[in-house]
Amino acid sequence: MAENTFDAIIIGGGPGGYVTAIRGAQLGLKVCVVEKQHLGGICLNWGCIPTKALLRSAEIYHAMTHAGDYGLSAKSVGFDLKKVVKRSRDISDQLNKGVGFLLKKNKVAVIDGEAKLNGPGKVEVAGNDGKKQTLTAKHVIVATGARPRTLPGLEPPTNKDRGKQVWTYFEALVPDIMPKSLLVIGSGAIGIEFASFFNTFGAKVTVVEVLERILPVEDAEIAALAHKRFESQGMTIITGAKVTGLKKTKASITATVEAVSGKPGGNKTEIKVERVISAVGVQGNIEGIGLETTKIKTDKGCIVVDEFSRTDEPGVYAIGDVAGPPLLAHKAEHEGVICIEKIAGLDPHPLDKGQVPGCTYCHPQIASVGLTEDAARKAGHEVKVGRFPFIANGKAIALGEADGLVKTVFDAKTGQLLGAHMVGAEVTELIQGFVVAMGLETTEEELMHAVFPHPTLSEMMHESVLDAFGRAIHI
Amino acid sequence: MPIRILMPALSPTMTDGKLAKWHKKEGDAVESGDVIAEIETDKATMEIEAVEEGVLGKILVAEGTEEVPVNQVIALLLEDGEDVSALEGALEEAAEAPAPATASAAPAAAPAPAAAAPTPAPAPAPAPAGPAPQAAGGRVLASPLARRLAAERGLDLSRVTGTGPRGRIVKRDIEGAPAGMAPTGTEIAAASGPAAPAPAPGPIAPALAAPPINCDDPLLGTMPAFEAVTNSSMRKVIARRLTESARDVPHFNLSMDVRLDTLLDYRKRLNAREDADYRISVNDFVIKAVAVALMRVPACNVSYTEDAILFYNRADISVAVAIEGGLITPVVRDAANKGLGRISAETKALAARAREGKLQPGEYEGGTFTISNLGMFGVASFNSIINPPQGAILSVGAGEQRPVIRNGALATATVMTLTLAVDHRCIDGTAAAGFLKELKAILEEPLQFML
Repeated sequence: MAENTFDAIIIGGGPGGYVTAIRGAQLGLKVCVVEKQHLGGICLNWGCIPTKALLRSAEIYHAMTHAGDYGLSAKSVGFDLKKVVKRSRDISDQLNKGVGFLLKKNKVAVIDGEAKLNGPGKVEVAGNDGKKQTLTAKHVIVATGARPRTLPGLEPPTNKDRGKQVWTYFEALVPDIMPKSLLVIGSGAIGIEFASFFNTFGAKVTVVEVLERILPVEDAEIAALAHKRFESQGMTIITGAKVTGLKKTKASITATVEAVSGKPGGNKTEIKVERVISAVGVQGNIEGIGLETTKIKTDKGCIVVDEFSRTDEPGVYAIGDVAGPPLLAHKAEHEGVICIEKIAGLDPHPLDKGQVPGCTYCHPQIASVGLTEDAARKAGHEVKVGRFPFIANGKAIALGEADGLVKTVFDAKTGQLLGAHMVGAEVTELIQGFVVAMGLETTEEELMHAVFPHPTLSEMMHESVLDAFGRAIHI
Repeated sequence: MPIRILMPALSPTMTDGKLAKWHKKEGDAVESGDVIAEIETDKATMEIEAVEEGVLGKILVAEGTEEVPVNQVIALLLEDGEDVSALEGALEEAAEAPAPATASAAPAAAPAPAAAAPTPAPAPAPAPAGPAPQAAGGRVLASPLARRLAAERGLDLSRVTGTGPRGRIVKRDIEGAPAGMAPTGTEIAAASGPAAPAPAPGPIAPALAAPPINCDDPLLGTMPAFEAVTNSSMRKVIARRLTESARDVPHFNLSMDVRLDTLLDYRKRLNAREDADYRISVNDFVIKAVAVALMRVPACNVSYTEDAILFYNRADISVAVAIEGGLITPVVRDAANKGLGRISAETKALAARAREGKLQPGEYEGGTFTISNLGMFGVASFNSIINPPQGAILSVGAGEQRPVIRNGALATATVMTLTLAVDHRCIDGTAAAGFLKELKAILEEPLQFML
């Protein structure tokens, strides 16, 4: 095979792209990844990982400022924002190098540059070193990811005032100051995580959500509990409203917030803040990658694919964020593996998007999988719902994290676990138990028979299942 | 109830084998995965692994026994908590279990079509990895939810094909299973009489269909350059119907040689008439003879349906005709009651109209039996796939000079090989053989037409 010819070229080295490449190499394919900026993509460099690093600092800071609750004293607790940010950047750096190492170990060719499809099977690369080259492959996988969506009037900062007043997650990850006041527009996972971070470090945070409630994809009961907790931590949350204008001055921004359903001119307030974070969602990176040279179709800013990530152009595939929701790194990885296994002639099962878990790392954490109670009812299920509160769990009380809920939704007729929803400490680590259960199609019976170790937070999962069938022991 | 360990089939064609060695004694504890015995055939030696755990209760076939039929119970395994007394009833049942797979039935007994191979769960798998005594007490892989749904609907899981990882039965397989999947009783082997040797659970779930591949399938990436000719609707119908037939209809084949010298002599004399407005072919004789034989052996002029066998009171013979891009089977109606001249004229006209693509549905639908003749290409003998809902199809080979024994001495004769494929669900071996015998009698002495 010629040097520039591969079995598969992957455009984009994010979590979807690099995992796909490694799986392809394992299957004996000659694989190449073209990445224009950082291996690991948004996830590792500007998303999942660095935010977790920041939130960990926030968590420890919170514990230190509440040391008295544990019988400890911590005097003159403070923080150095620069160091907090540096720790986060160092972690991204470390992992970025790790991905490079993994790709090298698996003999995946990595080309630094911008790739552009030139018809099926052909990829033009403008190298970051100025070198241009044409790569060919029978299979091309588009894994270009997504970027922050912008609303009119809330455009990302121009180069001149980049990072100064209106932030996207890029700027919010490397804040120049700890703002005294902050407006977060959008209450999805990204918005809520930043709101939680800055709130913990003392910023006066206001969250504006256009829908009637925060965390719109989560179970309503879970979102309501989280809402209450955030407010008790000092956050202001305005739902059913949108930001209709931003007036920028050197020292501050004044945002106009209007109720969505209110009378014209009524319910209009102005909020003056130091910084604004725009977290109104993300959009697929479909521009400038040569899609127009193929038969690929797009819909709502995403590439249209089938269950094996095949586009309308034979031999071209799309995975991850650019191929549509849910926009999650683990979904991208899984989709990519299935895609490349199919290419290699294996017989993988398509991804069941109804079983992709979601995690939000605010304080308290939120995690879920499957159908919410409302969605299950709307889908025609007669449901049995189990609930178990953290306050009734020994480990949670011992941790000083007695606030939270584990909720399970079962089909009343078949005992199928339809969904699980949690809010509270460490629930992002717990949810996987229910993910496995759903994947194996367990019924309540197996979950009841399973032994959960004591004392753990996981016992609440057991109790929640028991509660759905009127058998909870500890409430 | 003790678990019955059956003689496994090491290959799809294996009918019996030697029980070479027992690795466990009666009373030994057996763990799942333990090697319990060794089986020998002329081709291979294979170890049998236990798929269940328990105590080896009773060895029914002694070490060194030859020609142990496939599916015969060779031992009984006591489950946890069972004691020797549990063996009594099981021993009686084991004794009653039929010796499956008589010689004539062997082809039909071969575990189902190739399409079943990737789904280890239901079929007595031919794969060497799974000589599992699955029929009796073998573990069916199914998710808990699938088990519960199957129980609610009264489905027998051993008859459902799993599409989950490693053939595991999951919810969608149960939801996709047709209502007719009711249980047949726990012992599939015991339920099948000697004449119905195919315990192979029918292909059920749509997932059993041969994995379709498209012309852009990566599998084809290693093939040399090709031109893709889009499938015509006729091609699609052929593909679908014959796949269904080959997969769902238990075929078996019987061959018989027929001496043609007398027939050829008659033909010569018939065609020799100077003012003849006909020209009779050997195939015309075959059509007529088949129709007459079918009227005399009505058990082969049938269709299988779920609730009844249909016996037709007329023999309408479908004649396979090759046409551009496929084939079609125009029908000679009531051929038993037509003269050779008329059959010849009709066949010629139908074939001509078929090649022009002008046949009306009424001209190619509704045959009760098909004849496919490749003799003109020099093919000596071949097998055909039944054209449902018909119950049988006859493959006609070339009439050729072959050595024969006549009055104890070597001689030559013009001999033609006929191969009959029948649907074992509605035609048994003796009926098929009886039909071939009658057909041979007529073709070897066409004076029979006069009767």
